[in-house]
Amino acid sequence: MLQFLIRRIAYMIPTVFLVSVVTFAIIQLPPGDYLDTLAAELADAGGLDEGTRQALADQYGLGQPIWVQYLKWMRGILFHWDFGISFEKNVPVNDLIWDRLGWTFAISILTLLFIWMTALPIGIYSAVKKYSVGDYVATFFGFIGLAVPNFLLALVMMYVAFKYFGQSVGGLVSPEYIDQPWTWDKVVDLLKHIWMPIVVVGTSGAAALIRIMRANLLDELYRPYVVTARAKGMSEFQLLMRYPVRVALNPFVSTIGWILPTLVSGEIIVAVVMNLPTTGPLLLRALLVQDMYLAGSLILIVSLLTVLGTLISDLLLAWIDPRIRYQ
Amino acid sequence: MSAIDHSPAAIADAPAAPILLGPWALMWRKFKRHRIAYASLWLVGFIYVLALFGNFFAPQAHDETNRRGIFVPPQAIQFIHRAEDGSARLQLHVDALRMKVDQATMRRSYEAREGEIIPLGFFVKGHPYQLLGFIKADRHFFGPKNPDDVAYFLGSDRLGRDILSRIIIGTQISMSIGLVGVAVSLVIGVSLGGISGYYGGWIDNVIQRVIEFLRSIPTIPLWMGLAAAIPLGWPPLRTYFIVTLIVSMIGWTSLAREVRGKFLSLRNEDFITAARLDGLSDWEVIRKHMVPSFSSHIIASLTLAVPLMILAETSLSFLGIGLQPPIVSWGTLLKEAQNVRTIIEAPWLLIAPGTMIVIAVLALNFLGDGLRDAADPHAQ
Amino acid sequence: MTPLTPMPSDAILKPTHLPLVEIRDLRTHFFTDDGVVKAVEGVDLDVHANRTLCILGESGCGKSIMARSMLRIVDSPGRIVDGSITYRAADGRTVDLAKARLGSKELRGIRGQDIAMIFQEPMSSLGPITKIGKQITETLLLHRKITKAEAKEIAIEMLNKVGIPNPAERYEAYPFELSGGMRQRAMIAMALSCEPRLLIADEPTTALDVTTQAQILDLIAELKDELAMGVMLITHDLGVVAEVAEDVAVMYMGRVVEKGDVYSIFENPQHPYTQALLKSVPRIGGERRRRLPAIRGMVPHPLARPSGCPFRTRCDHAMAGVCDVEVPELTEVGGSQVACFLHDTEVANG
Repeated sequence: MLQFLIRRIAYMIPTVFLVSVVTFAIIQLPPGDYLDTLAAELADAGGLDEGTRQALADQYGLGQPIWVQYLKWMRGILFHWDFGISFEKNVPVNDLIWDRLGWTFAISILTLLFIWMTALPIGIYSAVKKYSVGDYVATFFGFIGLAVPNFLLALVMMYVAFKYFGQSVGGLVSPEYIDQPWTWDKVVDLLKHIWMPIVVVGTSGAAALIRIMRANLLDELYRPYVVTARAKGMSEFQLLMRYPVRVALNPFVSTIGWILPTLVSGEIIVAVVMNLPTTGPLLLRALLVQDMYLAGSLILIVSLLTVLGTLISDLLLAWIDPRIRYQ
Repeated sequence: MSAIDHSPAAIADAPAAPILLGPWALMWRKFKRHRIAYASLWLVGFIYVLALFGNFFAPQAHDETNRRGIFVPPQAIQFIHRAEDGSARLQLHVDALRMKVDQATMRRSYEAREGEIIPLGFFVKGHPYQLLGFIKADRHFFGPKNPDDVAYFLGSDRLGRDILSRIIIGTQISMSIGLVGVAVSLVIGVSLGGISGYYGGWIDNVIQRVIEFLRSIPTIPLWMGLAAAIPLGWPPLRTYFIVTLIVSMIGWTSLAREVRGKFLSLRNEDFITAARLDGLSDWEVIRKHMVPSFSSHIIASLTLAVPLMILAETSLSFLGIGLQPPIVSWGTLLKEAQNVRTIIEAPWLLIAPGTMIVIAVLALNFLGDGLRDAADPHAQ
Repeated sequence: MTPLTPMPSDAILKPTHLPLVEIRDLRTHFFTDDGVVKAVEGVDLDVHANRTLCILGESGCGKSIMARSMLRIVDSPGRIVDGSITYRAADGRTVDLAKARLGSKELRGIRGQDIAMIFQEPMSSLGPITKIGKQITETLLLHRKITKAEAKEIAIEMLNKVGIPNPAERYEAYPFELSGGMRQRAMIAMALSCEPRLLIADEPTTALDVTTQAQILDLIAELKDELAMGVMLITHDLGVVAEVAEDVAVMYMGRVVEKGDVYSIFENPQHPYTQALLKSVPRIGGERRRRLPAIRGMVPHPLARPSGCPFRTRCDHAMAGVCDVEVPELTEVGGSQVACFLHDTEVANG
């Protein structure tokens, strides 16, 4: 297991490196460099004095070869925990992102739990009662869930909530609780709001997982070892849970690897629609005004955390499936 | 068999065994039995025909604004027209509308004008256009008989443009992005997946790491980052291709994985070894034996990739960082319905394009699913 | 382990003793998209305690499906459409397995406890990610009121009995850590852990190499004697039959065409199919021929059953107007029962 862990972490290193390179490339994509933009920004306020300009140029290696800039950027992050400055707001990126990243991942992980709790039983039911009415209903909703884009579902739900329940949706807490300290009432209010993004973000994932679970289980249901278990005299439910479901669960667990990135993606776009205080609106805004260090840092951290999540899911998988562990 | 033959061999003739069908015929038979998938095939075909002859099917010019037709709700098509003298006759029509503005709230409303109708018909003369881009025409499938009249079957937007016509024209962009994106995915996915699976070794390792990398980062932020870098001043066609490229960047990875997996499992199959022992070259083995044995799977995977690309384009355009107006796609149409206030005032801005997306994606998913089931010889 | 109450020895030897399982006119059909495949089409068979019955036949002749019908583990679209399978329990009660409700306690109580089964593929017949030991104790805990510790003790003892070295260690192993032969031994240990009265072995040695085959067969024979259980061994291998069988039933296209004790079948086969089968085996010391005779023609497509006797299309003695009209019933000929019009006195005389 330890060996597996080490090997898996070693695999992660090139991925992390690639993520940082791609992010840096994205930062560099818009024409002009950071200082030009900053100078333009500050032109109204009297411009940038030469001393500051020189200091910043040194810090980011501006005007030097691209790889020097990359190294300086990485050095800032790795050794000083410095992600650069958001020039739109003129504050360090650090001050802006962590709260929002926290919410993004909190919602993503809650969504993952929601998906599991719905997809697992429905998928099993669907496979065991293949071609039953329940299976058709689950399949139908599964297809609908896959076909409705996240943001569309968010819009529809907001419309329905507003029109029929008179509830204004948006944000994670009601306006009166924003910037208030956490109290019991605020937590209750949060719960009243947070289910909607979770359901919206989770629907397509749940739909996908129901189909995966159903297909996996159908693959296993007719295997000889199931017949063996049946011939032993086990009840259908017992043998189902102990054998095929356990085996089918493995590919299911490994889906965290790709479901987590899609959840984070979905959360970002839904957050824009629902105006949640998470990464989404901040990233979109940063990209639209080309606040590239902020945008780049967000993309970098979101990607890295996702890679980390994938690693954890792989370890979880190795833990429950001996065949992977022993390879 | 002659009548005088009484030898034991004569009665040895058993009833003939059922004729065995070829793999494609079997697949087709299996596919046809999947009724929803079969219906979806027709639906998808219809949508692409709609896109191909978009100008012919669109009742109005999609970019024609109308100041007296802002936020018109969808108009119902009526069949029976009662003239003032009380006689009724069959005449497809919609009511002619008059706009009223409430001065206090500044809200618009529309009411039917007494006794005035807009007659509708098939193959009517309308605005001129180029069919398939090069045939001059001015006939439209369905619309007001008088070219100067306007009818909004699915309502109008904030500039008084016809939503139905815009959806039909948007079909061209949205559905073709799926196809072009899939074509790009096919080329990259099959070649890289094939190389990876056939040769193995370090090259396989490198390609697998790249795929893992692409799959492990969240797509939306990455797409957003890339798409946001497209300069606003670029011509629409170039933006279109770049967006397509960005969208297909992820699609090829699953295809490459699938192709690689097939190559790996086929490489050790006896019939491949046999073909190689027969002296066929690598290329011949791939072309004559390997590709035919998994091409049905590829077709199914490709079909399932199309809706993903459509959804990706829609999401990006909706956020305002993919395709930009004046390009009309389902995503840019939905961008008009971005906040709840607009949706409350004009729900059709959300419902009409939204339904279209859901129908198209559903049909493509059903189709792909049916194909995949049919392609799998072991599935029941 | 509590040994079964031994039966009176004369009862075992007497052929008139009531059989453990009586199969009458069993029909199991598969309702496929292309038509109805009659996998088992009117089988009559008796299975006795403390005897080894070999079911012999080519692949696809319905022998596996017949065996699976007995435990009601035929996968859909197959199902028993007619006939009865009467199981006689230790206390004398009889149960018609063909009509027992699927999932009923009665049926589940018989599976694994009274009738156990081992399968052809030891690779895939064991749960892939469950420890061997757990799979054995599971059966024990299902059918007996014992503690987990006791179950583990019995399981290790069983593993030892079937000849698995280091049983305590193997108890913790996963199936993929064992060789094919070891897995089949583990399967046998699992099947016999509850000391069943009948063991059905569905080609238990086909997937194994020859030396392992012999060991497994010896093991089954040994355990049969020890537990005085009935064994029903399904095989297409005449060598296996010769080695272990006491009774033999030959199947062809879902029907038993000949049955009897192993000596009458081997010394004096009556059915043309049995005769042909036996001729197609090379014998050491036998007459040297250029080529081994093979059975003419091919097994008909399952959806295209010939009318009348199913073997008539390949039979050298087929009689027009007789064999293609009616299905021959089993009739007593010498020491065995044969389903062939050649031995039907009425037809032969008429």
